[in-house]
Amino acid sequence: MENNIEQIYSEALADIEAASDKKNVEALSTRYMGRKGFVTQYLKNISSLSDEEKPLAGKRANEVKRGLDEAITSRLTALAAEAEASDLGIDVTLPGRPRATGSLHPITRITTEICEIFTRLGFSVVEGPEVESDYYNFEALNIPKHHPARDMQDTFYISPETVLRTHTSPTQPRVMEKSEPPVRIIAPGKVYRCDSDLTHTAMFHQVEGLYVDKKVSFGDLKGVLTSFIHQMFDPGISLRFRPSFFPFTEPSAEVDIRCVICRGKGCRVCSHTGWLEILGAGMVHPAVLENVGYDTEKVSGFAFGMGVERITMLKYGVDDIRKYFENDIRFLRQF
Amino acid sequence: MKFSLSWLNEYISLDMGIEGLTDGLTMAGLEVDSITPLYDSLDGVVVGRILEAKPHPNADKLRLCQVDVGADEPVGIVCGAPNAAEGLVVPCALPGALLPGGIKIKKGKIRGEKSGGMLCSAKELQLAVDAEGLMALSSTLKPGMPIKEALDLFDTMVEIDLTPNRPDCLSVLGVAREAGAIQEPPVALSHPEVVLPEAKASLGTIGDHASVAIEDEDLCWRYAARLIFDITVGPSPQWLQRRLLSVGLSPINNIVDITNFVMMETGQPLHAFDFDQLAENRIVVKRATEGEAFTSLDGNAHTLNSEMLMICDGEKSVAIAGVMGGQNSEIEAGTTRILLESACFNPTSVRKTSKLTGIHSDASHRFERGSDPEGVLYALNRAAALMAELGDGSLVDGVIDENPVPYAARTITVNVEALNSRLGTSLSAQEMMALLVRVEFSVTVLDENTLDVIPPSFRVDVERPEDISEEIARLWGYDNIEISYAKVVASNESYPKAFAARQMVRGAFAGLGFNEAINYSFIREDAVDRLRFAEADRRRSLVRIVNPISEEQKVMRTSLIPGLLAVAARNISVQERSLALFEVGATFIAGEGETELPQEIELVAGFITGSRVDASWFGKESACDFFDLKGALEGLFETLHISGLTFRPLAADMCHYTRPGYTAEVLVGGEVIGLVGKVHGEVLKSFELKQDLFVFEMAMAPLASRISGDRDSMPIPKFPSVTRDVTIICDASVRAGDAVAAISDEKEALIERSWLLDRYAGENIPAGKQSLTFRVVYRSADKTLKDKAVNKIHTRLMDMLMTRFDAVLP
Repeated sequence: MENNIEQIYSEALADIEAASDKKNVEALSTRYMGRKGFVTQYLKNISSLSDEEKPLAGKRANEVKRGLDEAITSRLTALAAEAEASDLGIDVTLPGRPRATGSLHPITRITTEICEIFTRLGFSVVEGPEVESDYYNFEALNIPKHHPARDMQDTFYISPETVLRTHTSPTQPRVMEKSEPPVRIIAPGKVYRCDSDLTHTAMFHQVEGLYVDKKVSFGDLKGVLTSFIHQMFDPGISLRFRPSFFPFTEPSAEVDIRCVICRGKGCRVCSHTGWLEILGAGMVHPAVLENVGYDTEKVSGFAFGMGVERITMLKYGVDDIRKYFENDIRFLRQF
Repeated sequence: MKFSLSWLNEYISLDMGIEGLTDGLTMAGLEVDSITPLYDSLDGVVVGRILEAKPHPNADKLRLCQVDVGADEPVGIVCGAPNAAEGLVVPCALPGALLPGGIKIKKGKIRGEKSGGMLCSAKELQLAVDAEGLMALSSTLKPGMPIKEALDLFDTMVEIDLTPNRPDCLSVLGVAREAGAIQEPPVALSHPEVVLPEAKASLGTIGDHASVAIEDEDLCWRYAARLIFDITVGPSPQWLQRRLLSVGLSPINNIVDITNFVMMETGQPLHAFDFDQLAENRIVVKRATEGEAFTSLDGNAHTLNSEMLMICDGEKSVAIAGVMGGQNSEIEAGTTRILLESACFNPTSVRKTSKLTGIHSDASHRFERGSDPEGVLYALNRAAALMAELGDGSLVDGVIDENPVPYAARTITVNVEALNSRLGTSLSAQEMMALLVRVEFSVTVLDENTLDVIPPSFRVDVERPEDISEEIARLWGYDNIEISYAKVVASNESYPKAFAARQMVRGAFAGLGFNEAINYSFIREDAVDRLRFAEADRRRSLVRIVNPISEEQKVMRTSLIPGLLAVAARNISVQERSLALFEVGATFIAGEGETELPQEIELVAGFITGSRVDASWFGKESACDFFDLKGALEGLFETLHISGLTFRPLAADMCHYTRPGYTAEVLVGGEVIGLVGKVHGEVLKSFELKQDLFVFEMAMAPLASRISGDRDSMPIPKFPSVTRDVTIICDASVRAGDAVAAISDEKEALIERSWLLDRYAGENIPAGKQSLTFRVVYRSADKTLKDKAVNKIHTRLMDMLMTRFDAVLP
């Protein structure tokens, strides 16, 4: 019996070593180690041996069992390694299965960016109606009926007293009527003017801003808007403030940036001036503050407004304002 | 406002160059819009002397001229002008010249004779409108000299985009004043000196001939007049025509040209009447009679109302005050006696009249912005002197100057400290004064913190201390005001709910593969018919635009669907057939009456069309359907963490733009917030769509009110789950949703979740029946479930389904 086990052990080791695949190894494992396998049988037969033989035979049998286990494991590992080494894999250049990707409209993206910059600067977002009363759109903003300044904005009328708002500025009196200074708000939204040509669409988007508090100065206006433009465009961009006129601010200013297309050399986009008008601003006209019952001796403020389409055009290189509302998917997918 | 540099230089001596001037004006608030060199088209035109002028052999009216143009040989030129004669010195355009109006000069033959250029009239060179024959030049000019040099035609036209608050700069003198103020050191303006000719004593005084009565003093604040007799109406001299042409005005005759010239020079509109057409030789300024008919000089007929101010004679209206003269008193070739008007009208009145009559004239443009009440007499005298001189007329002694509302200068007291605080500057009272006097403000320094400022009469825009702050800021230079940073107090307000919800909904849809669209808020009026809205649908309460740009943009939208369907059609027409788009925006339901604002309802809508998956190496193309869109909405609610989303079939009679049987109402927490469905065939047709679309439209407010940043974190299960499936065979009319709802209605605590795994009808299933398979996941929070416990519940569930839906097991 002793000789027998040694012989079978060496045969089994050789068989395992020679097994060519996983299946053969598993069959050998069953043959030697299974319930009816040789090693199991041998262990069972030990009970029939003499008391002197038993310990030695038992020890040897367990050694053989461990040895075969190790041989099988190591053969399986080797076979797996061989299989992995010979696997040619997949063609990774086949296209992936697409996941649908969407996009936000460029106007949404830029409006969000503007709102984020101003909220970092301590402004709150407010919104107002798109169909507005003549009072809030004009009168409260120091633009009486029959004032030539009304020509600055071509107005869509719903009735003699109701208009499509021509700017986001009506949010100024609306907010101030309801709250005491300090007021620090921005108001994004759609505005409408009956003007439609290569460079104008009858609907566009603005972001209005208003800051009223004690001792707010024109220098503060320059500070806030300079910070905004530097964040929006480039901290190195040069800008200039130049006098202008809006009935609801005094003094009024237009803010220009160095043309981002030609860098100031002069091109079609900047009408060869080297400058691009980016927003209008000014110190809130005292009449506007008086209309909402603020004490102009105690508070002052500044207001500003900007066209989102124009900023988007400069940021994203959009060359035709009409593209924004045609919603050509080939355009929308670019953002 | 246009002016030419040479004209400007008549009144001021500048030494800053054109770039300095235009930059300076822009930075002072007079934005320069364009700079156009004048007379560039006269390059190639030289002085020519006609050496010989013979009749053309083949044409009666043409002449064959030999012209000395400074070259070795004279040039033969065919000319049709009657005054072409030997010895005449004229402008000659040589081959290569491109004349104003685009006439290109080249060598050629006219009626068989060679012609090497063109002899020009003043009109052809756009130096005058008078076309009678060749332009005669001084005989001392040397042939061959460029015409620009010979006539000193070096000039530049500058156009400024003037803001409506600065009518004082609607004149060359006004611009010159600004130019002088921005020069360092500043230089003052010199007004042309007016020397009135001696009045002809035999004509008596103006009072002997004419009178002026202002009946409506609220609308006419001042009216001045002079008489000039024995006038000869004719063309203006060339210098005058050239001045007008340089700013884009057309010369007409000497009298009209002088009124225009003086208006451009001083900003004061003037009007010349044919005195002999004025009945009773008097002027009455009064409101029109309601319904009165009047023909203005441009030939247009107007019906007047009683708010319009008119200039009348003893019988009739002769001019619309401040707007335009009448045909019945206009200056004609035979006019010999003139009444010249210089007045100051109420700006609002002029603006209303101008709007109502539809006449926007150079005069109304100035009056409605506010003319200088104290500039009336200067302009009157300046024009009268020129008329007497250029029209060879006689001035009648005296002036009528009715001034019922005399100009009252305003004194504005300025607090220096408050002004500095407003601007962020630290200027002294003296520095402020020095700036203001540059633009002719009178300033008295009361003490170091107080100034009394009297703005000049032509600065109608300056009324209060804040206006003075603007003057100081612009003259000091906006760029010289130091940047400061206001103390930023952190805002404790988060985004408004609607704004935040919109951002999240947009982000979610973009994440679900949709592209965001933005459409115009206005649509065609018939869109509500094309969407098949019922008669009583409130979406037919349209907000109409009184003055729409086009039929396509006539009413405010009451649904986002028309805009989106149009976008689908547009994209499909460029072969983009697989689309998923959404839009968030306001819709408008008309309010009651004229003053109530419409209700603005924010909606989100979208559509999918075309293929869900394009053909590729791993699969075939498959078309998208209702359930793709429904799945997207479920995904939206999951992203937003809004629970309670359900769908229920929409009754056929409630469907409008979607197809009955293919439409579900979208509910959240039992509240209907919108719908999702397949677009109705008729709607597809009316939007010229040939492929199926699936759309949804929902209100934003119910979403906004349910979006919350709060989350209730739940413990992660510690024990394993047990999954069991159940298949029933039931009538095909049973709705899967009802069966799923029936399971969740059991409210069995151990059921973690359940869903429809499979639906099948066809082979092996009896006709009219369907097989529905549900998967149920069981789990207990505090122990490992035993099969026995699960089987008990599962069996109860199967029994319930069979009873509820009259079903059998397979």
